[in-house]
Amino acid sequence: MASTRALARLATRRTAVPAVWTRSFASVEPASPSRSTISETKTSTVKEPAPQKDAKIKTFHVYRWNPDEPTSKPRMQSYTLDLNKTGPMMLDALIRIKNETDPTLTFRRSCREGICGSCAMNIDGVNTLACLCRIPTDTTKESRIYPLPHTYVVKDLVPDLTNFYKQYRSIKPYLQRDTPPPDGRENRQSKAERKKLDGLYECILCACCSTSCPSYWWNQEEYLGPAVLLQSYRWIADSRDERTAERKDALNNSMSLYRCHTIMNCSRTCPKGLNPGLAIAEIKKSMAFT
Amino acid sequence: MAKLSGLQRDVLALYRQCLRAARAKPAETRKNFEDFTRKEFREHIHLNKKDFSTIEYMLRRGNRQLEIYADPGITNISR
Repeated sequence: MASTRALARLATRRTAVPAVWTRSFASVEPASPSRSTISETKTSTVKEPAPQKDAKIKTFHVYRWNPDEPTSKPRMQSYTLDLNKTGPMMLDALIRIKNETDPTLTFRRSCREGICGSCAMNIDGVNTLACLCRIPTDTTKESRIYPLPHTYVVKDLVPDLTNFYKQYRSIKPYLQRDTPPPDGRENRQSKAERKKLDGLYECILCACCSTSCPSYWWNQEEYLGPAVLLQSYRWIADSRDERTAERKDALNNSMSLYRCHTIMNCSRTCPKGLNPGLAIAEIKKSMAFT
Repeated sequence: MAKLSGLQRDVLALYRQCLRAARAKPAETRKNFEDFTRKEFREHIHLNKKDFSTIEYMLRRGNRQLEIYADPGITNISR
């Protein structure tokens, strides 16, 4: 019944309205006499709960900068949220600010569970993923949220990671082999060989570690940075890869690898609990003994 | 002409590069690219010349736009 009515409506409309409107198949129908709606004056209203007395109000200071007004200075904007109505993580707070108070706030987010690395930002002075960072429940302290340090800002909390991705591409992060696998199907690995990749393959390239490294701050163009070096070691350590020597060769200059001065900010900040500092040390070690 | 600062020379170099890149485009749409370049630069001609951070930002943005539009696959530009 409903479908025939809709088709009839379409048929009558096609003559009268512009072509684009004839596609309004899923539009809301005006109440027909057979199925009229009850007017809003006769129904009750669902009210938003009144603000609670024990509301836990916390202040967030968020870095804002709009590229559409390039002459304006970046500014810190404050937002207050009731923690009782907010999810436990910083990302929940940001999403709530965006949904309810300020839709112009811009940030990257995707998986909300620390697997995509989109929401990397500097929260209370530490580079971390907003989705893995709990909001400190102490409401007397205010939280400060900045984009990743020493990156160009695209807008608000969105950093420009072009250089980072370019460096990642430069280490050729894929399996390079000249010989086909012996059984013609898979490149096999022993359990011990596979074990070497643990702690390396988990890296999600959120750039938290690279942007926390002072050495990377000063030499972004030439020094590869902890995240990319960790990935580099992931391919050097891979038993199936046959270009290990060339990979090492590419790192054998004063800038790419040896700008690491074991400051270890990378290992301290990594939101996934990995140890880029150790991976870099392993590369250095393998280069020293060959 | 007064001696130009490094930043001013960078801006002029970008402007030159843009117009040169326009020359690689097909003859019938070349004017669109040139007009676009001029318009983009004119729009911000009133920037304070001491406002370094803004000028540097616009330079970065301009370089990136040039990189994109210089692609031979792009044959026309509207506006």
